[in-house]
Amino acid sequence: MSAVLLNDETKKVLITPLVNDNPITLQVLGICSALAVTSQMSTSLIMALALTLVTAFSSAAISAIRNHIPSSIRIIVQMTIIASLVIVVDQLLKAFAYDVSKQLSVFVGLIITNCIVMGRAEGYAMKNPPLESFMDGIGNGLGYSLILIIVAFFRETLGSGKLLGIEVFKLTKDGGWYDPNGLMLLPPSAFFIIGLIIWSVRQWKPEQAEKVEFKIMSISHGEGGHH
Amino acid sequence: MLKCEQLKIYQDKICVALDKCEHYQKFKVYKDKVLALGNDSLEKTIAIAVALCLVCAVLVSFSAVALKSLQVHNKELDMKKNILDVAGLLQEGSDIDSAFAEKIEAKIVNLETGDYVEDMNAAEYDQRKAAKDPALSVAIPKDKDIAHIRVKAKFAKVFLVKESGAIKSIILPVNGYGLWSTLYGFLSLDADGQTVQSINFYDQQETPGLGGEVVNPKWRELWKGKKVYAETDQPSAEKGLIESAEMGEPALSLIKGVVDNTKQGSQYQVDGLAGASLTSTGVTNLVRYWMSNEGFAPYLAKVRTVKGVKS
Repeated sequence: MSAVLLNDETKKVLITPLVNDNPITLQVLGICSALAVTSQMSTSLIMALALTLVTAFSSAAISAIRNHIPSSIRIIVQMTIIASLVIVVDQLLKAFAYDVSKQLSVFVGLIITNCIVMGRAEGYAMKNPPLESFMDGIGNGLGYSLILIIVAFFRETLGSGKLLGIEVFKLTKDGGWYDPNGLMLLPPSAFFIIGLIIWSVRQWKPEQAEKVEFKIMSISHGEGGHH
Repeated sequence: MLKCEQLKIYQDKICVALDKCEHYQKFKVYKDKVLALGNDSLEKTIAIAVALCLVCAVLVSFSAVALKSLQVHNKELDMKKNILDVAGLLQEGSDIDSAFAEKIEAKIVNLETGDYVEDMNAAEYDQRKAAKDPALSVAIPKDKDIAHIRVKAKFAKVFLVKESGAIKSIILPVNGYGLWSTLYGFLSLDADGQTVQSINFYDQQETPGLGGEVVNPKWRELWKGKKVYAETDQPSAEKGLIESAEMGEPALSLIKGVVDNTKQGSQYQVDGLAGASLTSTGVTNLVRYWMSNEGFAPYLAKVRTVKGVKS
């Protein structure tokens, strides 16, 4: 069964978005929510799950009707499907994870405008069959989740000395040794961490770095005069 | 595998039933016709748009309706949790519903007269909804509307914590405009209607980290023991129950910086929120508004007197 499910294409679309074609580090998409929800691990996990599900199901749905989508209204068709799924996810969260949905507040609704979802719909699902598109959505969702989890790990441990609400470092105010870094609780810190992740990934895989678009000419010394 | 086969049987059954249905056959003919059209033809564009909207609308409304009862329950639970929290009765891991039913008594108060209203069901009354209902609300005159809420409900839902018959805390709903949003919360007072026990805000959208710090437990801790009304030299509620307790105007406010506890009048002052002067002003105004004659002052005056509150 699994051999049928995971042919080469599905394997490829499931695994490449994790590192080699990561939506955040390579395509630099979905940064907004990555900044906003990563101050705690629990909100990040829920957000990652919500985005993965929305991407997967919207890709599959769009792919299923891709041959009948009129090109003049194709973006609005994609948006309608994505928006409906996001509303369903939001309703589910409000029903089953009320506290988390209160913390995520507006960011669940903003999945609609998350570039990753639209990007996969337009870039992959419009040209490929439903199963592959579904897997592609899962893969990209996991790539996004991976970065969110890494960022949330550093922000929550360094910012509040906790992980998933459980104490890791004992804080000075409770008589411990760790003085929490307040910057880590603010969105800019996610910029630094994502920047460092992108830098390290591109050190590890230099082919991911963008090609230089133009070269700055060096001023030659000692050649004298204008030409 | 058995499940797959069962599903297949159901599917076949449905297909047979559909084949017999006249309307479905008609629909099928239309469907095939439309799908056969060129993708960019006007008819198909409209047909696809309508069909898609129909499917999505059904999906969205189904999820909203099916999950509504769970969501309402969650909201109520959250409200109860906040009320228990402001009364200092919230214990980790305990059952909120039963704790609430056991310790908290909801009452409806007529804001104008300050008396209890007994012919309304306190459990079902929703003050926030009532504020939006013209029949149950009154517009606030502009010069008195310091909390910037424009309308208030005629009846307020207050909560009492009692211990062997005597009131231990009075929990009052308050709301008012901050910087970005209307803050909704509860203020709990001692039985003297003067000393603050705690405050919390359960619904607000102030800037996280600045105005949003109104939910910070450390800051909320600062409210404990503060006095709401300016005390005059007359014998006040503190000297025991008297015929009619005279109280001054609401004096409690948030100040810039840290309160110096040695100074006179510090019992009316709470530290302002750093970097959030507009939210702080909003909180001051909403407390003053709801503690004034427009708000709960008539009710609290009756709570203090011997006769108590009429019902």
